[in-house]
Amino acid sequence: MLRLLGAISASILAILLVAAPASQATSPSPTPSPSNQTFQNNISGFLRDDTRAPLADVTITATKGDFTGTAKSAVNGSWNIGVPEQGTYTVELDESTLPEGITLAEGQENPRDVTFSQTSNLSVIFAFGKGIVVQQQDFGQNLLNRLVAGLSFGLLLALASVGLSLIFGTTGLTNFAHGEMVTLGAVLVFAFNAIGLPFWLALILSLLGGGLFGYAQDRGLWRPLRRRGTGLVPMMIVSIGLALAVRYVIQFYFGGATQQLPFAQSPEIQLGPVSISPNNLWSLGISAVVIALIGIVLLKTRLGKATRAVADNPALAAASGIDVDGVIRLVWITGGMLASLGGILWAYYRPGVTFDMGSAILLLIFAGVTLGGLGTVFGALIGSIIVGIFVELTTVFGLAADLKYVGALFIMIVVLLFRPQGILGRRERVG
Amino acid sequence: MDFGFILASAASEIFSPTTAAYALAALGLAVHFGYSGLLNFGQAGFMAVGAYGFAISTLTFGVPFFVGLLIAIIASAIFALLLGIPTLRLRADYLAIVTIAAAEIVRYIVTTNQLTSVTGSANGLAAFEGGFYAMNPFPEGSYFGMNNRDFFIRVVGWALVALCCTLVWLLMRSPWGRVLKGIREDENAVRSLGKNVYAYKMQALIIGGVLGALAGMIFTLPRGAVQPANYGTELTFFLYTCLLLGGLGTVLGPVIGAMIFWVVLSLTQGILYGLIESGAVTWLNTVQAGQLRYILVGVALMLLMIFRPQGVFGNKKELAFA
Repeated sequence: MLRLLGAISASILAILLVAAPASQATSPSPTPSPSNQTFQNNISGFLRDDTRAPLADVTITATKGDFTGTAKSAVNGSWNIGVPEQGTYTVELDESTLPEGITLAEGQENPRDVTFSQTSNLSVIFAFGKGIVVQQQDFGQNLLNRLVAGLSFGLLLALASVGLSLIFGTTGLTNFAHGEMVTLGAVLVFAFNAIGLPFWLALILSLLGGGLFGYAQDRGLWRPLRRRGTGLVPMMIVSIGLALAVRYVIQFYFGGATQQLPFAQSPEIQLGPVSISPNNLWSLGISAVVIALIGIVLLKTRLGKATRAVADNPALAAASGIDVDGVIRLVWITGGMLASLGGILWAYYRPGVTFDMGSAILLLIFAGVTLGGLGTVFGALIGSIIVGIFVELTTVFGLAADLKYVGALFIMIVVLLFRPQGILGRRERVG
Repeated sequence: MDFGFILASAASEIFSPTTAAYALAALGLAVHFGYSGLLNFGQAGFMAVGAYGFAISTLTFGVPFFVGLLIAIIASAIFALLLGIPTLRLRADYLAIVTIAAAEIVRYIVTTNQLTSVTGSANGLAAFEGGFYAMNPFPEGSYFGMNNRDFFIRVVGWALVALCCTLVWLLMRSPWGRVLKGIREDENAVRSLGKNVYAYKMQALIIGGVLGALAGMIFTLPRGAVQPANYGTELTFFLYTCLLLGGLGTVLGPVIGAMIFWVVLSLTQGILYGLIESGAVTWLNTVQAGQLRYILVGVALMLLMIFRPQGVFGNKKELAFA
């Protein structure tokens, strides 16, 4: 049991160790300058000319109704306007404040309207230079980009939902506190990094912290409840109480603002026909490898077999000499680590760390799990990828960005209508 | 620290319109969860449908108050139908996930910028309560220290709570209510007696949902504004805390639970703020004090569910799942 745990954590760590220095090399992005942070919502960006040199002292204004916010770009080119509420803002770059010889790229709209979508930070990019022409992205290109981004998003959702599905499969618990386990991963990286630990160490500690939280939950709460024979519905409500408590404990220490992890700003790179940010690419690779590992462990090892046996029939598994409590403990630890990893990747995907980032995608995680079939691990994987791609693609097909989660939740309800057991679920689970 | 003021403001929460709204919505949950065993995690969605149904029909279509009220009730009944058709045949946790998802869909839709002209997006809607206060029979003056508007909304809110409690009580002691409780205990047994379980569940879902919609209206009327941020999933979970405080399968439980919930919240806020102001507590600021209260709500919900799932007034025999 511990050997396997060690193997999983070692492999996750190995991937991250490779990832950490590499991403350091590819994105030399400066930390955002701390400017007017009095509001919780921000419009921000970096100004760089066509040679990627930062542009300082350029004035940018954001207006909405009566509200007008102004910012000057810092030496490193960063600018940040705090705004009182989310919504659509008109952002204008004052071209007279641009340095000599620098002009906006041809086709760069200025002023332009930008709209917040779900997160409290909105990045606005202005393109400069003579040679650069801002292309009106054609539909096919856009579709491909969103497809890859959706795959990346879906795989990070899958990290969380595989854990949720394993927990549901072995204990029957629909864990509403899983979103907080996701948040914890990102918050821990931020916290460890903030106290000065190196980035790679912060990542490792965050994953260990996630595993520890999973273990502690099982040991301190869920195992005693199982022993008492508490029903599934009361356990579900207990998990809601836990979710509320943990969410506000995180807010208590972390505050309500959006923070950025190191290297959160990364310019998009061109990879064949697809333009993708290196962070997204890393996220895609890491989650694919980790999920493949989980799959191999579940299918090929004794422990995976034991886990599937417990999920199938705990009483029979116990009678065959399987340590059911041990398997469940391991499932909680693995689920916690996976959720942590998912949270870190989610913090880069959005980008930003907030106290409610996990609960914001909890329903998408549920949608993935339900779509695939409650309690089936591979169903959770497929369901999450579908949800991720669906969320990203709906914006291509004209759904407003602030409605993109609605599509995914709606499709889940529709699937329940026609195939309640989900894509890979078995009929008798539905009851 | 002024204990008199803290106690007075806590006591004023007992009959505040918000408490009445929570009591009504929790009563709806009692019909769903307490009496029928339906795990509705989307009561916030029903409240939003009620509040927005009323506000939009008043502002966009300019209908009189009672037509707006009727539209809100019909909208919530339709919402219940839409939710019930795919999920009432499924297991309880599916209903939970679908209802919470549907409530979030409602919230996203009223928040989106695409519909700003109708819903006001994140800012919400305001100034729709004129028709209600125009019916105020109380002349201006002071009523127990309140002005006539505040007094009117309290009278209406609590009269509505009393009326709905009586209705639910009568319903639950009728043959219809006995069938519902039977479904909660053993669905298959009731089905074998030839009852249409699906129809009964649907009726219960609609009744509880309409109570939620009324609660949404009582919630928004004194504020004179409806904002989507108020109807997040937390609201539903707070309602569950109220319900579990009072007692699941009881009529008065949700009402008492809502009163306890708000009095305790107000007391803890008053005491914490007082301690911070007097300098006795330095490791906390007022923002964190607000968060500390919600941590307590979460912990209270867990402890209640684990140690006293029947609530203060409930009867352990009425618990279908314990």
